[in-house]
Amino acid sequence: MQVTMTVNGTEVTEDIEPRTLLVHFLRDTLGLTGTHWGCDTSNCGVCVVWVDEQPVKSCTMLAAMAGGKAVRTVEDLERDGVLDSVQQGFMECHGLQCGYCTPGMMMTGRWLLDHNPDPTEQEIREAISGQICRCTGYSTIVRSIRWAATQGQGSPVTHTTETAGTPS
Amino acid sequence: MTATPETTTRPDRQRRQTEFEDNDQKPVGHGRMLRKEDPRLVRGRGRFVDDVQLPGMLHLAILRSPVAHARIVSIDTSAAQAHPKVKLVVTGEMLAEKGLAWMPTLSNDVQAVLATDKVRFQGQEVAFVVAEDRYSARDALELIDVEYDELPAVVDARRALDPSMPVIRDDLEGRTDNHLFDWETGDAEATEAVFARADVVVTEDIVYPRVHPAPMETAAAVADYDRVDGKLTLWSTSQAPHAHRTLYAIVAGLPEHKIRVIAPDIGGGFGGKVPIYPGYVCAIVASLLLGVPVKWAEDRTENLTSGSFARDYIMRGEIAATKEGKILAIRTHVLADHGAFNGQASPSKYPAGFFGVFTGSYDIEAAYAKVTAVYTNKAPGGVAYACSFRITEAVHLVERLVTSLALEMGIDQAELRLRNLIKPEQFPYETKTGWVYDSGNYEATLRESMRIAGYEELLAEREEKRARGELMGIGVSFFTEAVGAGPRKNMDILGLGMADGCELRIHPTGKAVVRLSVKTQGQGHETTFAQIVAEEIGIPPEDIDVVHGDTDNTPFGLGTYGSRSTPVSGAAAALVARKVRDKAQLIASSMLEVSVADLEWTKGSFHVKGDPSAAVTIQDIAMRAHGAGDLPDGMEGGLEAQICYNPENLTYPNGAYICVVDVDRGTGEVKVRRFIAVDDCGTRINPMIIEGQVHGGLVDGLGMALMEIIEFDESGNCLGGSFMDYLIPTALECPDWETGFTVTPSPHHPIGAKGVGESATVGSPPAFVNAVVDALHPLGIRNIDMPMTPSRVWDAIQGHPRPPV
Repeated sequence: MQVTMTVNGTEVTEDIEPRTLLVHFLRDTLGLTGTHWGCDTSNCGVCVVWVDEQPVKSCTMLAAMAGGKAVRTVEDLERDGVLDSVQQGFMECHGLQCGYCTPGMMMTGRWLLDHNPDPTEQEIREAISGQICRCTGYSTIVRSIRWAATQGQGSPVTHTTETAGTPS
Repeated sequence: MTATPETTTRPDRQRRQTEFEDNDQKPVGHGRMLRKEDPRLVRGRGRFVDDVQLPGMLHLAILRSPVAHARIVSIDTSAAQAHPKVKLVVTGEMLAEKGLAWMPTLSNDVQAVLATDKVRFQGQEVAFVVAEDRYSARDALELIDVEYDELPAVVDARRALDPSMPVIRDDLEGRTDNHLFDWETGDAEATEAVFARADVVVTEDIVYPRVHPAPMETAAAVADYDRVDGKLTLWSTSQAPHAHRTLYAIVAGLPEHKIRVIAPDIGGGFGGKVPIYPGYVCAIVASLLLGVPVKWAEDRTENLTSGSFARDYIMRGEIAATKEGKILAIRTHVLADHGAFNGQASPSKYPAGFFGVFTGSYDIEAAYAKVTAVYTNKAPGGVAYACSFRITEAVHLVERLVTSLALEMGIDQAELRLRNLIKPEQFPYETKTGWVYDSGNYEATLRESMRIAGYEELLAEREEKRARGELMGIGVSFFTEAVGAGPRKNMDILGLGMADGCELRIHPTGKAVVRLSVKTQGQGHETTFAQIVAEEIGIPPEDIDVVHGDTDNTPFGLGTYGSRSTPVSGAAAALVARKVRDKAQLIASSMLEVSVADLEWTKGSFHVKGDPSAAVTIQDIAMRAHGAGDLPDGMEGGLEAQICYNPENLTYPNGAYICVVDVDRGTGEVKVRRFIAVDDCGTRINPMIIEGQVHGGLVDGLGMALMEIIEFDESGNCLGGSFMDYLIPTALECPDWETGFTVTPSPHHPIGAKGVGESATVGSPPAFVNAVVDALHPLGIRNIDMPMTPSRVWDAIQGHPRPPV
């Protein structure tokens, strides 16, 4: 079958098997490998993308179901070379280790801040509670999203490359 | 530097480590530095194995046994072969013809790549299909018809040695039962003598259930065999690419120089990506047969049912003490369930890993342990989930026993530990089982955790709540790990010494590349190792690239597991930088026309003693080393070096953990309210990364303590085969972790670092359990097994505690 959708602002039309999962469509057909595949049972959330402005688990949605809709993935968080404040927050606050759950966490984090610009720690924990991170213990993810909240709603921040001072 | 914003202003959660070196704000080398890995990972630009797409690549799927124990009567693959998109179907029989049906495990056992005679656990690999796409490969699995003659399954390790049990490993010559090994350490007679004169003896039966590392990225491989040059390139989810390459050379008979293993970004490992899985070998075989790239990526059910498990130790522990609370001796008998193949990755001479550290952090008179290991009809594995070679089990045993003793004697848990901890002046300390602990300041570490926790206030709060009938508990644990395996005189895996290489090249313009034998799965090697080299050679870490995870481009070494990267490879990185600096000093003496002895090293440059203006930087020296100017007589050009580091001893990280829980008497639900972790991992390189490692271990510990378990029914069906059944903590179950530290450098490590990757996984489970036991003790409860699910806790409250299967 043929499916047409908007992915990260660009309309795409592809011939697919009707059973193709959205996660595999994004990864294998479009080559957008930032979205990951983790459990098949909607438990882990490493596959979270936005479909029409809502976070969804793309491993339990057919690509065909996204026909006519607008999909946003992690690859679209950075705009014009400027990182989203959520991306910057994850780097500043060590919100990632292996980086496998991170795209899904950041997509949820951005959605939360768009709807609740100043969330409490508990509100952040609830927002990401459908997603699993095996590395961080979540505290630094919470801090990362809080860091982004302090940068103001949706306003991109300048990507600083500062990493370290001079050797001692 | 950018400070991490605190999410809370509660004073008890502020870091207050004024007594100890705080390098949070110290510029690099050692200090908080944002990770070099992150810019690609936050953009979704990491490259994980399943992201690899090669032209003409085919997809492999594995047919797995639906039963735990059965003879294979027949396999009919004709329908699968007739599938229009299928390119290849392979069974065990076909592999046997090529001598590839069995492969060695890391413990000198053999494991079936594809079953030939019998299947021995549910989920075992039986056949594979290669097709044009991943869905078609799965479709074709449904078309393979296997006839099984089912056998009784050995599920309960306690019954594995009964004469009535079927022999699982009848493939091994002369095998008449399911016994794997007996191993003992310590002195049984001396220990018995001490127990005989002790005032108090406490015994506990403690089950450390089977759990699974379950990294978010499952195992995967892309094999690409080039028939023209005879070279195999394998992208795989490997924590130990060099060890894997050598084993593939042995298994597949390929010349080792014609194998290149690439471990790209890895989505978490936790020990689960140390073994070689049959899927990797299947992908290699398929690419060899077809001459095109072949990808295998397991799904979550395959990961949980067939991938490397962890723990599964059934322990009886005994602790003896005087009436004053001086611990005299500890002994234990362990029944270890190793599954159907002995696939654990311990050093050869340590069949029970480093379980020998079960004497813990205490100065005692005698100790003895005996471990009996058996085969069962379960998936193989054994050393995984950040267990530090069975130290997790050892620490759990001793820390549960100490709290049981405290409760029995009516002595506070922390107080009892303070009375018995090894004292600073006793280091290096040789334990009664022969381990030489390198350094520690245990009392200071425990007191630091008590200070952060506000221990006295917590005790008072607990008493108030008890008076009201509420179930609040405080759990204490103090762990000592043995990491950084290991000295080659007594540690190897399949004959490969556990050393690690490191190569450092300084380019003419003073930038550098350092090449490691170890491999990050999220620990941040690209950052930490740049910092180690930066500290030693004076080049900013942003000017140092770290290359790892590619056997063609890195020196040999055994890889990242058992918290060995910083203790072994970190030492190699520091020493290779010093070796380069030594050469740089010779060049500097020539450039400045003074003797070597007249030079001083500071901040990346050599200057003449007493004259800081007469100086050359490491960048100046690098250009001279590669340039046309004179070099000291007889010196080769260039500025680079390589070493292979053989550690003198293990390193011994340690820490004190305090957990605070509230237990709902009506539902049995355990709420972890606070958790305080104070770690001493010696010299700290990047405090941000260390904190992250500790946090990650704590959530592992919380998961094992409260919800994670791989159980089986009586037929050997795995009951934890998806994330619907195998529960992993989310942000809602976790408290905001509170951390602190002390710094007691390792005396034999070049920079004093000890390793921290598994500390919290090792140290935290007994703190969680001790907290729940403390909460329930007024009800007469002294032991409860993990996972402490609401139903198990509720049963215990009702007076019917039950161990896990």
